[in-house]
Formats: sequence, C-alpha cells, structure tokens
Amino acid sequence: MCVAIPARIKSIEGSLADVEVGGVLRKISVQLTPEARKDDYVLVHAGFAIHIIDEQEARETLKVFEELGALEDEREGFKDSRGQGFE
Amino acid sequence: MKFIDEYRDKDKIRTVLEEIHRRADEPLTLMEVCGTHTVSIARYGLRKVLPETIRLISGPGCPVCVTSNGDIDRAISMARIPGAAVATFGDMIRVPGSASTLALERANGQDVRVVYSPLDALKIAEENPGIKIIFDGVGFETTAPTVAATALEARTRGLKNFFIFSAHKTVPLALKALLSLGEVKLDGFLLPGHVSAIIGSHPYEFLAEEFGMACVISGFEPLDILQSILMLVRQAKSRRPKVEIQYRRGVDPGGNPKALEVMARAFEPADVEWRGIGQIPGTGLVLRDEFAELDASRVFNLPVPPAKEARGCRCGEVLRGVIRPEECALFAGLCTPQTPVGPCMVSFEGSCAAAYKYGS
Repeated sequence: MCVAIPARIKSIEGSLADVEVGGVLRKISVQLTPEARKDDYVLVHAGFAIHIIDEQEARETLKVFEELGALEDEREGFKDSRGQGFE
Repeated sequence: MKFIDEYRDKDKIRTVLEEIHRRADEPLTLMEVCGTHTVSIARYGLRKVLPETIRLISGPGCPVCVTSNGDIDRAISMARIPGAAVATFGDMIRVPGSASTLALERANGQDVRVVYSPLDALKIAEENPGIKIIFDGVGFETTAPTVAATALEARTRGLKNFFIFSAHKTVPLALKALLSLGEVKLDGFLLPGHVSAIIGSHPYEFLAEEFGMACVISGFEPLDILQSILMLVRQAKSRRPKVEIQYRRGVDPGGNPKALEVMARAFEPADVEWRGIGQIPGTGLVLRDEFAELDASRVFNLPVPPAKEARGCRCGEVLRGVIRPEECALFAGLCTPQTPVGPCMVSFEGSCAAAYKYGS
C-alpha cells in the first residue's frame, strides 16, 4: 500500500503530467507537488506525484556506500600490510 | 530503472552487511511498520543474512490488514445497494469480512470495480451519472492526501454520484498505542518511507524522546533497509535515540506541506478500530462536515450486524508483533493465499502472505 514508484515527468499541462516508468507512459496528477517540472523525477502513488525526488540526496546515499566500500578496502589493505587486524 | 537499480547493487549490499555484522554486538529488537518493508525484507531474505543479534519483527504496517472487519462488512453492504458500485484498490477485494468478500460479491453480480487511483473512480462516476460510485478509501498518510484531493475535485466538478467511504488511518499515534500495550520489548523502529514522504520526520519524535526508541525512516530497496538497520545499530549503541532519515531522496523533514494541507482540508482525526488491535484514539481520518454529501458513511447509513472474526485467526497477534506468521496454527495449512482466513494472508503486503511466498 505504501508503494510509490520513481517516474520521470515528460510533460505537464495544468495539474496533470505525463510520466514515464521503464518505458510505460501514464497520466498522473501533480496537484500535491505543485513545484514539479518537466524532467523532474517524482514518486508516484495511486495516480498522484507525492514527492519530487532529490537527485542530489540520491547520489549522497549511494556515496555513503561507496565510502563504506572504500573504508573496507582500506581496512583490508591495512591488514595485509601490517599482518594484523585493523580493530 | 533509475532510483531503484542502484540500491540493489550486490557489492554495496555485501559491504553494508559486513559493517552491520561488525557493529551489532548487542541484541536489538527492531520493528518495521510498513507493508512494503515487510515484502522487501521477505523478498530479499534479509532476516537470513542479518546477524543473530538483530531481531526484525513486523508491525501493523499493512493498511489493508488493519481495516476492521466491520468496515469490510460495511463496504460489502454498500456493494449490495441497487444502483451503486464500490470502487476499491485491488488488494482489498479478497479481504474477508464476517461472511463475505468484495470479490465474492462481484462474483454474485454486485458492481465492484478495482481502481489504481481514486481519480479513476471519479472518472467512472463522471462517465456513469446513473450509478452511485462509492470509493472505498483504505491506506495511511501516503494515500489519504490522494483521496482528499479527489474529494476536493469531486466538489469542484459538482458531481452528485461520487462518494467516499473512508477507512483511512494514521501511523504515529498507532505506534504510541502499540508501545503502550507493552507486549513486545522494542529497541527501535524502521519507519515507513512513503508515509513519511507526506508527514515528514517530526511526528515521530516522541518515539525517541518519550519512549527512547531508535528511529530511522527507511527506503524500500535492500540497500536502503540495510543502511537503515546499520543506522539503528549505531543509534542504539550511542544510547542517544532520535529520528533519522535514511530515505533522504524521498523524505524531507517537513514532509509534503501541500499534501498535508489537502489532507487536513478534507479529513479530520477520529477514534477508529484497528483490526487485531482494537480502538486507537485519533488514528482515523473521517471526512469533515463540509463534505457530508460525499461521505458514504453518512449518506448510506447502513446498519451491519456486529463483526465476527474467523476462529483460529491470529492476525491480531501478528500485526502487534507478538507472534511470527509461522507460529499461527493455521499458517500454510488452512490459511494460504488461495484460501485465506484472515487479512494478513490476503493482502500482498500482509506478513503472512510475505512469509508464505518468500519464506521467513
């Protein structure tokens, strides 16, 4: 029931937008996200956009994993070079 | 697909899991309260790969599952009104009431239509002025604003044959009630991502401040959930509980002000019954007096006999996190997705359905 899907806005006319999800086009209401613009990605639930996805935040979240991965590599590298555990 | 695939990256998943295993050295009991989280956790087998110190239990996060038997009976009685049709979200039609389901009613010739959006129901009403279209509104704060917007639209268009039967509910106060029951000792919550896209993070702060719960608002992909669990582990260890947002691409701390405004314009809080839990004050949403002519429960005031729960059904205990689906004697025996006894097995997001489909 909480399912909302990221979709790209292809065009907007008034309170309706044409969105694309993996190649499929649908009309949705942007009444609840009046700041939404063409090319924005929005979360779509029950035929309405409920949130404009923050691409910067999306990138930040992924960066955290990359950093975690880099930290992991460092630990491994440190362990190898010293021959003992990092912690 | 953009904004989804990146959060299923196997290498990143492995990395986060290793960090969780490294950090989770004390027992933690975490509750997730969103049906979509229930499904994601089951589908990706996350319980199997988490350390044994972490116990992940499901709460009352499936709005279909917590719709009272009485409300199902009322929707069914509306479907039986000559000249009326009930429009509903798909996963409501097979939920058992005391004696029937909307799907059974449809099979018996009543007009029941599945819609993806409340706006679809509005369109049906516009195209069929001779039929009374009653939209069965089920869902938490993710869905309620969409139904509220539809109510306002119906009013603007001057439709006389469109009605809303609201069984909508809100989450934060329900979590308070659950904690006050004191049945399960919890350390933290995995909070719903899309409910929070609407309400933001502030409504949950009392969970940390009054109850000492570690809280993280989580996205739905495996990486999101695992990162959230890592954040919860860190919070618990720091002994400084708060409400954090892992799902930053989907949630602003202030939520969606427009959606909140629209929701408040059409709905007001009410005391309602949650199936399996009982009455929880202030957690229902009912149409305001100004929308009385749209309110199906006022327009079609049909008395229904007292609701009856199926014998042996332990959905209530599953919804309160007291037992896991497998502990119910009916699970996978008498109660299966094809022959469901209670709502937790019917709803796609029900704990029992998820456990049956994906294993625990």
